[in-house]
Amino acid sequence: MHMADALISPAVGGAMLAVTAGMAAYSAKKISGDMDEKKIPLMGVMGAFVFAAQMINFTIPATGSSGHLGGGMLLAILLGPYAGFLTMASILLIQALFFGDGGLLAYGCNVFNLGFYTCFIAYPLIYKWFTHRGLTSKNIFWGATISALIALQLGAFSVVLETLASGRTELPFASFVLLMQPIHLAIGLVEGLVTAAVVAFVWKARPEVLEKAAAGEAMGNISIKKVLTGLVVAVVIVGGALSWFASSSPDGLEWSMERIAGTAELEAPAGIHQALSDLQSKTAFMPDYGFKASEEEIVEAAAAEEAAGTWPAVDAGTSVAGLVGGALTLIMAALIGYVISLSKKKGSRAAA
Amino acid sequence: MNDALHNIRIWDDLARRQNAVNNLHPLVKLLTTIFYLIVVVSFGRYEISSLLPLIFYPVVIFSLAELPLGEVLKRIAWAMPFVIGIGIFNPVFDHQTVELLGFTISRGWLTFISILIKCVLTVAAGILLVATTGMERLGAALRMIRVPRVFVLQLLLTYRYISVLGNELARMLRAYSLRAPGQKGIKREAWGSLTGSLLLRSFDRAQRVYAAMCLRGFAGEYNSGAMAKIGAGDLGFLAGWSTFFIMARLYDWPLWLGSLLTGVF
Repeated sequence: MHMADALISPAVGGAMLAVTAGMAAYSAKKISGDMDEKKIPLMGVMGAFVFAAQMINFTIPATGSSGHLGGGMLLAILLGPYAGFLTMASILLIQALFFGDGGLLAYGCNVFNLGFYTCFIAYPLIYKWFTHRGLTSKNIFWGATISALIALQLGAFSVVLETLASGRTELPFASFVLLMQPIHLAIGLVEGLVTAAVVAFVWKARPEVLEKAAAGEAMGNISIKKVLTGLVVAVVIVGGALSWFASSSPDGLEWSMERIAGTAELEAPAGIHQALSDLQSKTAFMPDYGFKASEEEIVEAAAAEEAAGTWPAVDAGTSVAGLVGGALTLIMAALIGYVISLSKKKGSRAAA
Repeated sequence: MNDALHNIRIWDDLARRQNAVNNLHPLVKLLTTIFYLIVVVSFGRYEISSLLPLIFYPVVIFSLAELPLGEVLKRIAWAMPFVIGIGIFNPVFDHQTVELLGFTISRGWLTFISILIKCVLTVAAGILLVATTGMERLGAALRMIRVPRVFVLQLLLTYRYISVLGNELARMLRAYSLRAPGQKGIKREAWGSLTGSLLLRSFDRAQRVYAAMCLRGFAGEYNSGAMAKIGAGDLGFLAGWSTFFIMARLYDWPLWLGSLLTGVF
């Protein structure tokens, strides 16, 4: 679920970083305004709690497999949206730095996919809707389960869009969606059930924790109007960035659309609609489309500025040169590394 | 479980040593890493040979900082499955072939290789950053680029308490496994109570932590000590590597080198 740097383009990574930085700054401002310093240690410890909780193996009944907790929805419910978002953001940064779990450039994408939908969509619109008449075991169960499930579906769909907009993979939109959504439906169900179980337990053991969070005392409340305004702004920014990218580079969204829907026009809704309605016939390997689109792509690539460096334009002679040179580059890099560590060892021995 | 806790600490221990790379200013290393990542991911799908010179950066930093090769490789291997899982579809969907040394190879495999190389380079760069800087100095660098105080504070506290709560959980899991021998995971009935207990313990601990912090004079700022100014060496590091990255992005050095050699022989 974590996006890696290798799969994104600078434009997508940069746009998402900008969007999430804006949301994080707003959340930080909101928290500093609304609460005392007391809550910061709580947020820190809660972040560490999610790390620990992610290491628990939950046996899934009747399947023999096990699942893990993501924790985004749990944080939103226990800390409120703003503190939940910041906590999720810090968890993802530590995961990216220490575990290579999601890259640094893809960090914005990951915070958006896992933090935004849980804290600013699923929490205020779904969880709150289920629990607004009061906290009961039933309300908590359905609210937590469904909101976690939907948040993960939205996040998985975002992964698809971000990857396709980056144009680093050849996966057609429809196949990618068919690959991602069902898997995350299963993962989301486990996530939702665990979240519901934990929230229900906390509610029984210490009802005041949830009541405070629900009343907005814990970490500041959130108004749905503001969420929607923020969402519209984010969509405009992201959409703007993506369409700029798609028009400036032929191998992005446009190209994916072209392959799947057979049209180069950037009418995404029509493309997606068409793709979905023609799902069965189009998810095959499409020999005709592959050939046609690739040919078109070569023409487009040739027209593009970086055409000189792209593969299809290179003839056999230069490709041999590229291989020889590439091998030499790697050997040189290895040699330099070896020489440095050798001299380092010598130096430390001399010092000793 | 304890392995995971141990692993996260390794990097901090490595970052605390004194050597040329560790002593560089954290902000400089952060900016160099970000620039490196942008350059790496900016390469198109079919550019493989021109991507290779960028491996010099991780190799040089790795050697200068005297990091353990095994740990770094292990961490890179951990990050690969998702990228391989998505990238493996390239050969499936792109059947267009190209000639290479007399062999016919599908372009999908080439783009797949390009993705794999990028994955190795980007993950390595991130690991080298923490392994030579450490979390606290990285936090200080984030403050310098105006990341909100609340976020940095929260990041550092989360990081600090991972091992504390990890140990708490390890004790709980041991207790559970002793009462449920031969069982692989936590069964459905205990999902809420086990995780919930850990959560409540975390809450209580947070309150004790806060009280202890107040007694030691915490007033909303995490004081990481004085940070050295950015020196000429730091600027040289940034400028030197940036120039190298730009040159590597603009020119295909391996192709040039290869043409030179194959031309001669």
